[in-house]
Amino acid sequence: MISRIISLTSGTIFGVGLSVSNMINPEKVLGFLDLFGQWDPSLIFVMIGAILVSAPVFFLFRNKNKPLFADNFSIPTLKSIDKNLIIGSGTFGIGWGMVGFCPGPAISSLALLNAYSVFFVLSMLGGFLLTKLVNKIIVVPQ
Amino acid sequence: MNVINFTPQSAFVGGIIIGLAVILFFVGNGRLAGVSGIVNNALVSKQNRTDNFLFIVGLVLGPIFYAFFTKNNIPFLITSSLPIIIIAGFLVGIGTKVGKGCTSGHGICGISLLSLRSIIATIIFMITAIITVKLIG
Repeated sequence: MISRIISLTSGTIFGVGLSVSNMINPEKVLGFLDLFGQWDPSLIFVMIGAILVSAPVFFLFRNKNKPLFADNFSIPTLKSIDKNLIIGSGTFGIGWGMVGFCPGPAISSLALLNAYSVFFVLSMLGGFLLTKLVNKIIVVPQ
Repeated sequence: MNVINFTPQSAFVGGIIIGLAVILFFVGNGRLAGVSGIVNNALVSKQNRTDNFLFIVGLVLGPIFYAFFTKNNIPFLITSSLPIIIIAGFLVGIGTKVGKGCTSGHGICGISLLSLRSIIATIIFMITAIITVKLIG
C-alpha cells in the first residue's frame, strides 16, 4: 500500500517540477533546442537541479540491498553502447525537436486539456506498440 | 545566438523538485523515474502495472495541484500542425523504446547514476533535436 502511495506521490511531485520549470510547455523546450537562434538555456538548469539532488542519493544507496518499501532495486544493468541505443536516441531526438514534447511533459500536459497533447500521447503509445510488434516479428538476438 | 526568455531560478527550482520525485521513487520503491519506460510498461507489461499507472496519474495531477495552490497560469503553447504532432509522437514512442529511455530516464536518472550509456544517449538526442529545430524551425 505504501509503495502505491509513493508511486502516485512521485509522479505528482514530478509533474509539479515540470510545471514550476515550465518544461511542460513545448514552446519553452523548443527555446532550449533553438541553440543557433533565440536560445533559452533554462532546460540545462532543470537537469542540473535534478541531477544535483538525485546523484548523491543514488551514490549513498549504491550498496544498500533493499529500497524502503519494495523487495529489491530494479536498475537497468545494460552497459553496452549498442546500435539500438544510438538509433533509438537519435530517433527520439528528431521527434522531440519537431514539437518540443518528450514523454514526461507530454503526459503531464494532458492536465491542461489541450487536444494536441492527447494526439501526441496517443501517437507515442502507438510508437510503443508498433516497436513491440516489430520486435516480435524480427527476433533480435540479445 | 541570442539568449532570450532565460528563467534560471524557476528552472533550477523545478529541477530540484523533479530530483526529489526521482529520489522518492528510488529510495521508496527501488525504481527509476524514467517516464518513457513507465508509460511503455503500463501499456505492454503486467509487472508493476498499478504503480506505473499511479505514477502516470500523478504526472497529470502535478500541474493541477501547482495551478490550484499557486494560482499561477501555466504558460503553454504548441505551434506545430496536427500531422507533425502525430509523426513526432510516433518518433518519440519508437525512439525511446528502442533507445530504452528519454529525457528523464537517460538525461536525469542515467546521468545521476554516471551511466555511460545514458550520457551518450543524452548527447545524441540533444544533437538530433537541435538539428531538427534548426532544419524545421
